Amino acid sequence: MLQVISLLVENKPGALMRITGVLSARGYNIESLTVARTLDPTLSRMTIVVDVDARLRTAVIKQMNKLLNVLQVSDLTDSPAVSRELVLLRIRTSQEARTAILKEAEIFGARVVDSSLEGFAIEATGDTEKMDEFINVMRSYGDIDVTRSGLVAVSLDPKKLRLSGPVPAGMAAEKLQLTDGVLNG
Amino acid sequence: MATLMSGAKILLECLVREGVDCIFGYPGGVTLPLYDAMYENPIRHVLVRHEQNACFAAEGYARSTGRVGVCCATSGPGATNLVTGLVDALMDSIPVVAITGQVSTGLIGSDAFQEADTFGITRSCTKHNYLVKNIGDLPQVIHEAFHIASSGRPGPVLVDIPKDIFQGQAHYVPVSSIHLPGYKVFTEGHTGQIRRAAQMIWQAERPFVYAGGGIVASGASAELREFVELIDAPAVNTLMGLGALPADHPNFISMPGMHGSYAANMGMSGSDLLIALGVRFDDRVTGRLAAFAPHAKVIHVDIDPSEIGKNRAADLPIVGDCKRVIARLNKVLTETAPAEAGRNSEARRNWWRQIRQWKEEHPLTPAFSTTEIKPQHLMVEIDRISNGRAIVSADVGQHQMWAAQFIRFNEPRLWLNSGGLGSMGFGLPAAIGAAFANPDKIVFAVVGDGGFQMSIPELATMANYGLNVKVVVMNNGYLGMVRQWQSLFYNNRLCAVELEAFPDAAKLAGAYGFTGRTIESPADLVPALQEAIREPGPYLLNVRVSPNENVYPMVPAGAAINEMVLGPPKPVAVPK
Repeated sequence: MLQVISLLVENKPGALMRITGVLSARGYNIESLTVARTLDPTLSRMTIVVDVDARLRTAVIKQMNKLLNVLQVSDLTDSPAVSRELVLLRIRTSQEARTAILKEAEIFGARVVDSSLEGFAIEATGDTEKMDEFINVMRSYGDIDVTRSGLVAVSLDPKKLRLSGPVPAGMAAEKLQLTDGVLNG
Repeated sequence: MATLMSGAKILLECLVREGVDCIFGYPGGVTLPLYDAMYENPIRHVLVRHEQNACFAAEGYARSTGRVGVCCATSGPGATNLVTGLVDALMDSIPVVAITGQVSTGLIGSDAFQEADTFGITRSCTKHNYLVKNIGDLPQVIHEAFHIASSGRPGPVLVDIPKDIFQGQAHYVPVSSIHLPGYKVFTEGHTGQIRRAAQMIWQAERPFVYAGGGIVASGASAELREFVELIDAPAVNTLMGLGALPADHPNFISMPGMHGSYAANMGMSGSDLLIALGVRFDDRVTGRLAAFAPHAKVIHVDIDPSEIGKNRAADLPIVGDCKRVIARLNKVLTETAPAEAGRNSEARRNWWRQIRQWKEEHPLTPAFSTTEIKPQHLMVEIDRISNGRAIVSADVGQHQMWAAQFIRFNEPRLWLNSGGLGSMGFGLPAAIGAAFANPDKIVFAVVGDGGFQMSIPELATMANYGLNVKVVVMNNGYLGMVRQWQSLFYNNRLCAVELEAFPDAAKLAGAYGFTGRTIESPADLVPALQEAIREPGPYLLNVRVSPNENVYPMVPAGAAINEMVLGPPKPVAVPK
């Protein structure tokens, strides 16, 4: 089944590779992945849609949580969240169909971002099913090229962000003996 | 006042601050500046003969002490040769820091000489890894690497350092603290869960303690012992946990699993409460998972949340460090004992009676012969001579299982073996690492004739440093474990398992300048082992054992652990 995972990650080289590695090592195919900086430029927010065996969903979350560059992971598959996709669609069409296309775009809440003699470029946002439908409808009016952003999601039930504090550097050997010296999350 | 130093010197300075006294490594082109700085540094560099063995030696150092083992290799082939050792350390949760050289930053990605994408290659082989692109980051990265390797669930961390970073100059400012906001380590365990665990333990009629490598990693042997005595339950140590509870302890049963004892496997299968401490329900322990401990509720204590419920659902999970959690659990048990301890005394007595009966019905019995040395006999004599106190570093295969069955370990960190990855060629270099860390202890490398031949180059290292490593080759002329499976499950169609042309041990060791000897008569076994111990420095003892012996008991692949094959079904006819 499709699992929607939202991650807050450190904006560091290799972080993306570590996260996708959890999935690729198990042979899972990523349906979509989006990533961009947050308000804090040292952090990124990532949304991954991936086809995972239902019984391994928790394991995948736990494995991602173990990665040092990952500050927080949430499984949004069944929890309250809003998710949207952006579609940029270019359509080549005949003069006769132009009005009908504009009508359809309006029904989907889509916006024309470029217009030429050949046709339009249209942007639309919505959940995945709605975007599938939009693309289907547009296809019936002419040749189309489509770029989809993949899903971006925001949880409506935000978890408290638990971060670890600083620890003294040096003499790891002694810290290992002294278990209490290990930082406590 | 910050001093201007080269990256190589800064690295060594950080290693000194981490208490590193020994690096196992092999130099190369891009690490030249590092080795130049080592020329005048107090840290001892041990030149091994292959980078894979540098990592295994670092593991041997770490496994035998609990301190971080450090290995070092050059870029390209040096780094790729480390990979098996890194995965080995990852699978067994061993704290190792690997330093690799990389081509200069300007050349990265240009297919330069001896360039490999070490950062990418080792991403899934390590707990964490770094590529240092800025000399200013170096101190921070090194201290982070040691912290990550040694805390939480330990593991290997690799730091890839380009040549120009070693050569560059920077003002060295000692790092006082490190901050890894995303590194979550939970040590204490949930108080409510610990109280509930105590209740479950008092309520159980057939409790059984299943303790593993996590006890060793967290140094929780004393706490485990107190716990087992408080609740007076039978206990097993997994392959990774041997020595966690002393082998001579009256509550200790043996190792469980594929080649575990009858009593250990029947005990797990019959128990109504499995107390799993620092274990991961490995397939070699559980057999067919669906049939594993079918009547048991499970209390699972582990520092790694991703282990909880991974293979077996836990009725009561406790995420925390074994040492802390068991200590806190012991406190609750002591407080509640006066009211609770006698609750199921009748059932508990019956449970012990049953366990003892299983032990008596099918004890682990070594085979003896007057005409040939049985492999089990060899292990029994090694056990006698080491008396639960010597370090034994095993390789992988039949000898490893016999050693685990018949050599007693009364302390943790004496038994070194590649448990999770099962890397042949581990035993000898790991013994070398252990010998450097424990100059006053006897170190046996108990290896098969297969794994030994993967490690032969390291005989030079042993000779070079005059190491007190006693190599005992259990030589049956076969890749014995593979032969065992071919003979039991592939109609005895033996393919690619005969090891012909084994070198003459006396000549081989003699070529390196130390004593080697081959024995095949049972009468020579004890005198030869005594000679090996007596003689200072390295020793190679090649023991010709009966070639067709199989390891029993055995749980066939796919069977439940109480469906054991206790001995050979019929005399196994193998042409030889």
